[in-house]
Amino acid sequence: MARTLYGKLWDTHVVAEADGKALLYIDRHLLHEVSTPQSFEALREDGLTVRRPETQLAVADHSVPTHDRDKPIDDRQAAAQVALLERNCAAFGIEYLPLAGNDQGIVHVIGPELGFTLPGITLVCGDSHTSTHGAFGALAFGIGASECGTVMATQTLWQARARTMRVTFTGRLAPGVSAKDMALAFIGEVGASGAVGHAVEYAGEAVAALSMEGRMTLCNMTIEAGARTGLVAPDETTFAYLRDRPRAPRGEQWDAAVAFWRTLASDADAAFDREIVIAADGIAPHVTFGTSPDQVVPLGTVLPADARFDRALHYMDLRPGDAMEGVPIDHAFIGSCTNGRLEDLRAAAAVIRGRHVADGVRALVVPGSMRVKAAAEAEGLDRLFVAAGFEWREPGCSLCVAMNDDRLPPGARCASTSNRNFEGRQGAGARTHLMSPAMVAAAALAGRIVDVRQVAR
Amino acid sequence: MTPVRIVEGRAIPLGRKNIDTDVIIPAHYLKTISRVGLGRGAFETIRAEPGNLFDEPQFARAPILIAGDNFGCGSSREHAAWAMLDMGITAVIAPSYSDIFSGNAVKNGIVPVVLPQAAVDRLLEVARDHPITVDLESCTVTTPFQDRFAFEMDPFRRECLLGGLDEVGMTMAQGARIDAYERGAAADRPWLSAA
Repeated sequence: MARTLYGKLWDTHVVAEADGKALLYIDRHLLHEVSTPQSFEALREDGLTVRRPETQLAVADHSVPTHDRDKPIDDRQAAAQVALLERNCAAFGIEYLPLAGNDQGIVHVIGPELGFTLPGITLVCGDSHTSTHGAFGALAFGIGASECGTVMATQTLWQARARTMRVTFTGRLAPGVSAKDMALAFIGEVGASGAVGHAVEYAGEAVAALSMEGRMTLCNMTIEAGARTGLVAPDETTFAYLRDRPRAPRGEQWDAAVAFWRTLASDADAAFDREIVIAADGIAPHVTFGTSPDQVVPLGTVLPADARFDRALHYMDLRPGDAMEGVPIDHAFIGSCTNGRLEDLRAAAAVIRGRHVADGVRALVVPGSMRVKAAAEAEGLDRLFVAAGFEWREPGCSLCVAMNDDRLPPGARCASTSNRNFEGRQGAGARTHLMSPAMVAAAALAGRIVDVRQVAR
Repeated sequence: MTPVRIVEGRAIPLGRKNIDTDVIIPAHYLKTISRVGLGRGAFETIRAEPGNLFDEPQFARAPILIAGDNFGCGSSREHAAWAMLDMGITAVIAPSYSDIFSGNAVKNGIVPVVLPQAAVDRLLEVARDHPITVDLESCTVTTPFQDRFAFEMDPFRRECLLGGLDEVGMTMAQGARIDAYERGAAADRPWLSAA
């Protein structure tokens, strides 16, 4: 019977079945400091050990500071949490990538860049944006702390099989439009709960044309439509990205792996529970106006008059009929597991071209990992950003989750490459507009939201 | 985990849609390394609003919360379930949940009841002044006014809640099958053996 990519990944990992659920084998687990203290505590309470420590990899990213990393962490709680992760990993035999090391970074940036993330695997992490890794054709999804403990102890999870949704992007993106805009267009179309219970596979010419970075951005945002899993079938772009990565297979193992990975595509006649088609060539840059990622408009339109948005517009201090172009901003953030990779930094840098951040705007660039930071510095991007008035920081989740001291004051308005515009997400009372890295750079320079397609000319 | 069969008492008629886990427990509380004590940060931004429902004396330690569509969307933080449990909430009634939140809820003995919006609207009205009963044995929600709403729940989750079962225990029982799977996978996909 014809199978979808999701179906193939699922079937390959079923250990047992009961009551309509499957016990799914988990190949890889990424751990961070915030969602695992209680998981390790539960292991200790139950007297359990980690079944296959070599399949787990830990790094601190959520609460770490993005400045003065040569000094001890100021925030006592954050310092204790990071130290505890390191101690827990040592006690249970799990590899920990040190904060001061060359491989530290956001879990969803370092997994792929180290080749820890591979096609055809199941990968979990106590973070909802684990959907990112689906860009490689891996069945990847976010879990809670209890499940992190279960995976450590048993290498498995009881899961219900998801329904399937295929989102086909026809045609090619126009210049100035990116994977972030594709993601926001999709979320705007189906809504914040539109894909709940589904595994989403992205397909079509525009998806095939995306780099791995772009595919990661797209899969990353899948959770904002309610689906825990986003997928892109692996292809030559995937293999070229992974070849020679530190933890990717080598030699004969590589050849065997690629041969298997080539089978990981939905069969031509596979049926999906839901199909959505979006014309990629018609997508304009998108900007969120509200407090949920599905409250989003393409540039060139005005905010709708709809009572459902009253609360959000009140919080955002906007009105029906307003255009997003021209809305003044006082903060700009480039980074996160959504848009903190080298390609994202290059896209933002390309917009700057000798110009300077507008007066009154505080702009931050937070590379997604130490490797991204080193690569960007090798290209001189750090100097370019700093000359333009951006702050160049150390890797971490930073202003996307605002758990460290990168936090906005009440009433601040931020153009942000992150993934959530929830009330208070970047600081109590702060307002977030989600958009692409190029759009954020353009907004930082202008001091207001502008159409990057006009700035870039 | 404590088994749960019936949750009975006052229900906070919140009603709002897309209550995300940042609203349930803001990120700055996630620096804790414990599962207890998070109730003080639960729904912090809503509780800061004057005249909010959480401050009304009849809803103090209410065991039920009624919300709109897509409850618990956003972050996977299990702290959201721990914070609600710490407040005394052991059942939620909503038209839909985020997949990750409902899983986390069940693992902590919180019953995520799914009912259609019309039923939720009726319960929001009743809950202002009257108690509500969630019965997991019969899978119904009832009111003192003869309202009776049947709900469906995944049998696996229902068994876990009724029996107070934790997933690690149920999974450990499958040890021999996990061993067998690993032997097969190591032969089929040898490049995964050395991570």
